Amino acid sequence: MPEITKQRPGTMRLVDALQYRLPLAGVVSILHRASGAIMFALLPFVIWLFDVSVTSEISYEQFTAAFTAGIGFLPGWFIKLVVLALIWAFLHHAIAGVRHLWMDMTHSVALSQGRQSAVFTLASSLLLTVLLGARLFGLY
Amino acid sequence: MSVNYGSKRVVTGAHYGMRDWLSQRVTATLMALFTVVLLVQVVWPGQPLGYDRWAGIFSSQWMKVLTFTVIVAMAWHAWVGVRDIWMDYVKPVGLRLALQVATMVWLVGCTGWAVQVLWRL
Repeated sequence: MPEITKQRPGTMRLVDALQYRLPLAGVVSILHRASGAIMFALLPFVIWLFDVSVTSEISYEQFTAAFTAGIGFLPGWFIKLVVLALIWAFLHHAIAGVRHLWMDMTHSVALSQGRQSAVFTLASSLLLTVLLGARLFGLY
Repeated sequence: MSVNYGSKRVVTGAHYGMRDWLSQRVTATLMALFTVVLLVQVVWPGQPLGYDRWAGIFSSQWMKVLTFTVIVAMAWHAWVGVRDIWMDYVKPVGLRLALQVATMVWLVGCTGWAVQVLWRL
């Protein structure tokens, strides 16, 4: 067996992984994955929103009603919460993605740069989520 | 140093890494640019954003072509990302294959629906 394969550690289980205290860049990384998974799972819901919002004026009523009257047995506030989760997922995923592009293009991969950009990613995505969320829930 | 070529070559890992790395960035850039293009049209001053203006944004031919491209880019991007998740966490080969096939079906189905919505506008 080649040396390189012998040095590999065994399979890491989730309980092992949870023992680590993640640095902020690690938090951004796992949330990048989680936010992507959320958007993947909710893709049909997003397409449904797109469908009813553009198809006709009658379906547009359905679109707006989803946020007030709800969809089926799901109340409007629940739909708003789901959309809020999607807003956060999109913002975090997009900003974390731009962070990757920025690191690739400028080779900004020093520990301090990684930490600063991680703070920026977490803070800006949360701030924008709060702002858009307040609008979504009619606070302004 | 052990031999790392011919029949002794280490073939674990993925030889498609570079292609996926690049396509993930190209598709991401496309989606980011699309977001800016859409946002500009949404916040552009004019009549309040209701059905007419919202549907109008997607009704022009250039916007349809652009949106179509972004839908395909998104499906490709999601495929690479979700497949990575299965490869990282799901070890049994049969289950992993099943999940990957389900992902393909999911993404192709969603793409078809989105394109249908777009092109009947």
